[in-house]
Amino acid sequence: MGRGRARQDLHLRAEQVRVSRLTRLLESEKALAAALLAPGVAILVIFIAYPFVMALWYSLTSIRVGDPGHFVGLDNFTKALNDLIFQQAFKNTVFYTFWATIFKLALGMWLALLLNRSFRFKRIVRASMLLPFIIPTVLSAFAWRWMFDPTFSVMNWALYHGGIITDRLPFLSSGDWAMWCAVLVNTWRGMPFFAITLLAGLQTISPDLHEAAALDGANAWHRFWNVTWPLLLPVTLVVVVFSVIQTFSDFQLIYVLTGGGPANSTHLIATYAYQIGVGSGLLGEGAALSLFMFPVLFAVVWVQLRYLKRMENG
Amino acid sequence: MAIVTIRDLNKKYENGFHAVKDVNLEIRDKEFMVLVGPSGCGKTTTLRMVAGLEEITSGEIRIGERVVNDLPPMDRDIAMVFQNYALYPHKTVFDNMAFGLQMRKYPKDEVLKRVRDAADILGIEALLERKPRQLSGGQRQRVAVGRAIVRHPQVFLFDEPLSNLDAKLRVQMRVELKRLHERLETTAIYVTHDQVEAMTLGTRVVVMKDGYVQQVGEPLVLYGQPANKFVAGFIGSPAMNFVDVSISGDGRHAETEGLRLNVPDRIRAHGGKRLTLGVRPEALRIANGSDEHGFATKVDVVEPLGNEILLNFRAGGAPMVARVDPGVRLKAHESVRFAVDPERLHFFDATSEAAL
Amino acid sequence: MLIERKWKKWVFFYLPMAVFIVFTLFPFYWMAITAFRPDNELYATWRQPNAAPLWTLHPTLEHFVGLMKTTAFPTWLWNTMAIALVATGISLVCGMFAGYALARLKFRGSEFLGTAIFITYLVPQTLLFIPLADIVRDLQLGNTPWALMLTYPTFLIPFCTWLLMGYFKTIPKELEECARIDGATRFGAMVRIIFPVAIPGILSAGIFAFTLSWNEFIYALIFMSSADQKTVPVGVVSELIRGDIFFWGQLMMGALLGSVPVAIVYSFFVEYYVTGLTGSVKG
Repeated sequence: MGRGRARQDLHLRAEQVRVSRLTRLLESEKALAAALLAPGVAILVIFIAYPFVMALWYSLTSIRVGDPGHFVGLDNFTKALNDLIFQQAFKNTVFYTFWATIFKLALGMWLALLLNRSFRFKRIVRASMLLPFIIPTVLSAFAWRWMFDPTFSVMNWALYHGGIITDRLPFLSSGDWAMWCAVLVNTWRGMPFFAITLLAGLQTISPDLHEAAALDGANAWHRFWNVTWPLLLPVTLVVVVFSVIQTFSDFQLIYVLTGGGPANSTHLIATYAYQIGVGSGLLGEGAALSLFMFPVLFAVVWVQLRYLKRMENG
Repeated sequence: MAIVTIRDLNKKYENGFHAVKDVNLEIRDKEFMVLVGPSGCGKTTTLRMVAGLEEITSGEIRIGERVVNDLPPMDRDIAMVFQNYALYPHKTVFDNMAFGLQMRKYPKDEVLKRVRDAADILGIEALLERKPRQLSGGQRQRVAVGRAIVRHPQVFLFDEPLSNLDAKLRVQMRVELKRLHERLETTAIYVTHDQVEAMTLGTRVVVMKDGYVQQVGEPLVLYGQPANKFVAGFIGSPAMNFVDVSISGDGRHAETEGLRLNVPDRIRAHGGKRLTLGVRPEALRIANGSDEHGFATKVDVVEPLGNEILLNFRAGGAPMVARVDPGVRLKAHESVRFAVDPERLHFFDATSEAAL
Repeated sequence: MLIERKWKKWVFFYLPMAVFIVFTLFPFYWMAITAFRPDNELYATWRQPNAAPLWTLHPTLEHFVGLMKTTAFPTWLWNTMAIALVATGISLVCGMFAGYALARLKFRGSEFLGTAIFITYLVPQTLLFIPLADIVRDLQLGNTPWALMLTYPTFLIPFCTWLLMGYFKTIPKELEECARIDGATRFGAMVRIIFPVAIPGILSAGIFAFTLSWNEFIYALIFMSSADQKTVPVGVVSELIRGDIFFWGQLMMGALLGSVPVAIVYSFFVEYYVTGLTGSVKG
């Protein structure tokens, strides 16, 4: 190409690269970053940061529906600490979180190990195993409630006709039983999350390691504890953190399954806060009750963040 | 079509790393300028500052008449070929090549014509409807080059474009790039860590180290008159042999344990000093009876390469390589006498490493 | 592969796998057969000798008809769908933008912002519902779909941002650098080059966000009061239990119909969903 052509090109270009001033402004990294972050951050500030500050304020006042109330200091918190139902709800929340997480981890790990093998229909089995996790919890909790129905329980029917029981089991009508039933349903719902996430972790472990360990004479049990478990520990920790947060703050499962009953024996912090804040309209007390979840959640998140930092540095 | 002028260029990253230090360069119109150096020497950072992908800490870059310091890449009228080709995976080869023209709102028939022309030059007409993942490494390389040339930019920038290819393809593409440059007559800046590429492609070559320019010059000047020990060692393969020597009091000989060589007259003034002596492998030859500037040693390893033979040995306490005629019949551990013409010896200051 | 005896495979693989499958799927089976079961078959007590609860002998559509006639179920379904789609759309756009900024752009406070968004990711809905109800009311959003379309993004944006940030980081930087040299602005390079290349990641985030929206309960329960504004989960809870009486046939029919759309979406995008799920917990 000759010089004449080149000059013509230059001329063309001078006319053709024309962009609006706004776009020019967005060529600056900082301006663009600000523009891109603005919508998301605005939503998070309006609907998370601001409500959080409001929750703190509410918890220090006697606000209720239709009455702005006044500043009462820590009264709402001391009242909650002396409230027998709240004490029960707090214990329940810890119990529920602890056992459901243990079961989800153990069963989820077992299921992940099973799914990690090759077998026919593996894809469809894996896909259907996730159903409890994607179907709305409220809807599946109703199915469970129907299965636990005092009079028409299919499980009582099966156990009775199988000759295992002679009298019906009081699934949701006894306090102790109801709590364990809630743990069962939560485990059922959350197990797939553990299984699929741990499965993804398992698939990154080279089979060579297992074969090498097998050649060294390790049986399946030893191979799990010496090869699989240590390599899976980082994923496990993260999944457990997520699950603890979800379970500790659970609401819908209990709301549908027992509504906190019988006799407040299955209330969690969230369901009790809902009952006080929305049911009775005591917004200040409800906000204070909710905030009792915060220190625990904060501790868990803190552990998570520290762990992430360590991963980045290591 | 354009002169690129770089004046007092500096790049300091936020973490304090000073990647480019006081670089001054003038790249002439239609010149193929190669920046070469080991990794971390600042060559890529310099190129990226010319492209507008890195902010300039201080200094000035001009393309043609314009100072481009604050221009975004799109306004600099340049094209760049990346090491990993950076082909847009979701676009066909045609769309990859047309993208730059479409962004500048060229008329459709002009886009079509230019892409066809470029594809024709590079022999990739048959690939225009394919996606990048359906191409081999060499084909991707061609598409990346094609994408750059359709734009008829003022300057081509190449960032190690051949280093992802296998050895054979690399040699082939090297020749094609050179031919292409002769045909297009466009200023080009080419970054590589491979001195062979630098020597074969460059009209001139810039050798960089630790952010500083070590030497700028035509390939044979760099080879024949390296400015310092680093350039001397970097250019040429196998690399120049170095050995620390003392110059005799009368300034006629360079001496070290087991080695005594006559030196050229220009070294006479350095009598009694310690210097670094450099000798290229091809400057060493096997001595015959009449040679007086020789030294005796024992061969360690023989590397027969077919067109030449590399002899590895030790002399003056340093490992050395000699490159000799393939007709030479020598086995490992045999004794041998080498000779070297004093004019082909290089000397460097022991502390500043500057050539003497 | 390690060699294994046949009986061992039965005891350690097929048997536990079968138990897992039954445990996982039985509630859905139970939901489905109850939905089509006439009331006289439905209410057979656990001790009744001739009852055969595991199979419906005379399937009926009476619960379906009842659900359609006595409730606003199709409206709930439509509401849920519209809210989930809009909330997912908003969250994806915000998440793509924010994720790109955090993954690619250098600016002061980017690390702080990344951490802050991660923390909001972990804030559960049940922590803030009381003040949030007041905010929604003050913004005149109460009992309108916008109340949920704007609040669901609070838990979807952090997730989308987090997931997409990770995805963007896997895309070579040179792609957009090349686009910028080719004549695109930073914004143009992001929209024309990076987003199209990130479609698998965007789909994963979108599918996951959609199922989370469909699943949400407490905000919908509190912000929506009139029957024709409710989502499926809330409608089923509040309209199908009258007083103390549970209409189990209609309840199960409602649960089934409320589950099917999300299950269908899921089945089409299982792989993307799984990527989203496993990506959601990665650092």
